[in-house]
Amino acid sequence: MGNALLQYATVLILSIFVGVEIVAKVPSILHTPLMSGSNAIHGVILVGSMIVLGTAHNSVEEILGFVAVILATLNVVGGFVVTDRMLEMFKAKPKPQPKKEEAQ
Amino acid sequence: MSRTTLIDLLYLVAATTFLIALKGLGSPKRARIGNIVAAIGMAIAIGATFFYQDAEGNSLEHINLMILGMVIGTIVAVPAARFVQMTAMPQLVAIFNGVGGGAAALVAITEFMHIKNEQPPTYVVLEVLLGVLIGTVSFSGSAIAYAKLQELMTGRPITYPGQQLINAIFGVASLAIIVALLVSPSTTFLWVLLALSFILGIAFVLPIGGADVPVLISLLNSFTGLAVAASGFTIGSNVLIVAGTLVGASGILLTRMMSKAMGRSLANVLFSAFGSNVTASGDGAREDGRTVRSGTPDDIGVLLAYASKVIIIPGYGLAVAQAQHVVRELVDELEKKGVEVFYAIHPVAGRMPGHMNVLLAEANVPYEQLREMDEANSEMSTADVALVVGANDTVNPAAKADPSSPIYGMPIINADQAESVVFLKRSMRPGFAGIENELLFDPKTVLLFGDAKDTLTKLVAAVTNS
Repeated sequence: MGNALLQYATVLILSIFVGVEIVAKVPSILHTPLMSGSNAIHGVILVGSMIVLGTAHNSVEEILGFVAVILATLNVVGGFVVTDRMLEMFKAKPKPQPKKEEAQ
Repeated sequence: MSRTTLIDLLYLVAATTFLIALKGLGSPKRARIGNIVAAIGMAIAIGATFFYQDAEGNSLEHINLMILGMVIGTIVAVPAARFVQMTAMPQLVAIFNGVGGGAAALVAITEFMHIKNEQPPTYVVLEVLLGVLIGTVSFSGSAIAYAKLQELMTGRPITYPGQQLINAIFGVASLAIIVALLVSPSTTFLWVLLALSFILGIAFVLPIGGADVPVLISLLNSFTGLAVAASGFTIGSNVLIVAGTLVGASGILLTRMMSKAMGRSLANVLFSAFGSNVTASGDGAREDGRTVRSGTPDDIGVLLAYASKVIIIPGYGLAVAQAQHVVRELVDELEKKGVEVFYAIHPVAGRMPGHMNVLLAEANVPYEQLREMDEANSEMSTADVALVVGANDTVNPAAKADPSSPIYGMPIINADQAESVVFLKRSMRPGFAGIENELLFDPKTVLLFGDAKDTLTKLVAAVTNS
């Protein structure tokens, strides 16, 4: 068991506690955006996908890596855009909206 | 500073932005900026990766292919995320989560092919296999969750005899294959593991009812995080470990919080096949001969126009009918007549927590008219009319009164305490949880059948004319 593994394990343990602490008091109204936002964050797998594609030795690895890049990009881009669209709705809420829509 | 150190530093910056974003998402004020900060951090991490060097100092190849893949992904993702109906948000999140899990599994598989001939240490193989297992379960599970929410298949739980046993066998078989792979890393076994994980994901999700799917998506989201963290171990990337673990850990807590908001335990959500026993008869009359009272739009329009306080309880039916704009018109008309009106929002109204707030905000319903459940309940006994639009389970008194009811213990909006209750419903079909609502048969209840948008439009006209 190398030093690198120990270092990664340290990062893992600390991240678990930070992750739990950080969402411990989120109001239920924000559960959906939080889920969607963290969904975008695990799109960081794109970094991993790029590395496996970039170090591919043969065409099977290339194809798998290429598909991984496409899927991960969907995750990252879609995740952030959807979350932003949800949160856009929250932004306008605290102030009253004086504009009256045209009736019918 | 060497190139590798600089790249690692940029990854650290990215990891920090993810923390800031998750923290920000805990408050409505900072949530949006937090999300943007994370997006910038992600862009930094991706940009830095183009300059990545492996341990021998080789740069990445296939850069053109990478860019092509990213362009394809972006071209598909942006329109999907931008233009899909707000009501379809939950299934969209499911899809984006599923592809992330798929990517994590593919990264793990490719990494396995890299290392299998080099006598890798057991723990490295184990990381890879966990990445394949969890990532694939998340992928196929999300696909089924999507199909359920998009109504490509029934939203009811799908059960069959011996289901739990069969699932357990699949689980044990997957573990056995993992052990076999640890002993001798062979590609054939890997494909078997892949197939088993795929089936496991489907089998895990089938018995979960549509009402519980959002909780499930949150759990699968957490799974994808863990798969990403596992891949991070294999590739040796701190940013993957940090981001994946953050999502994994926070996701599990979030999942528990969501099931708690429904008054249930997580185990109950996942394994009870909730809603499979449909107790409602589906037509107006029941075996004991009780019938419901249905009214005309004009009757109900008068009832509303001459009330002094009306509480509107919106549910998913309103969202499906795209009636959020019409309901706002109705509220405007009622306010013109001097009626005090507000909306009572159940925490899980719609398909996900907070979903209804988003839908009504989209229709420009002012923030002050939205009341949370507890606040609304304290005012319910002074209301003349509780107008239930496309909701059912969230106002079902059985949650308070009937310990044998599957939803017993779920917090509800006490529509039954209002002077009278009006239901706008498509049919007598039971709600998402598939159980009978006694309130429908209450003498003070009036039903108006039809698509929520049509009936609301008629009500607007009736109120205007009365």
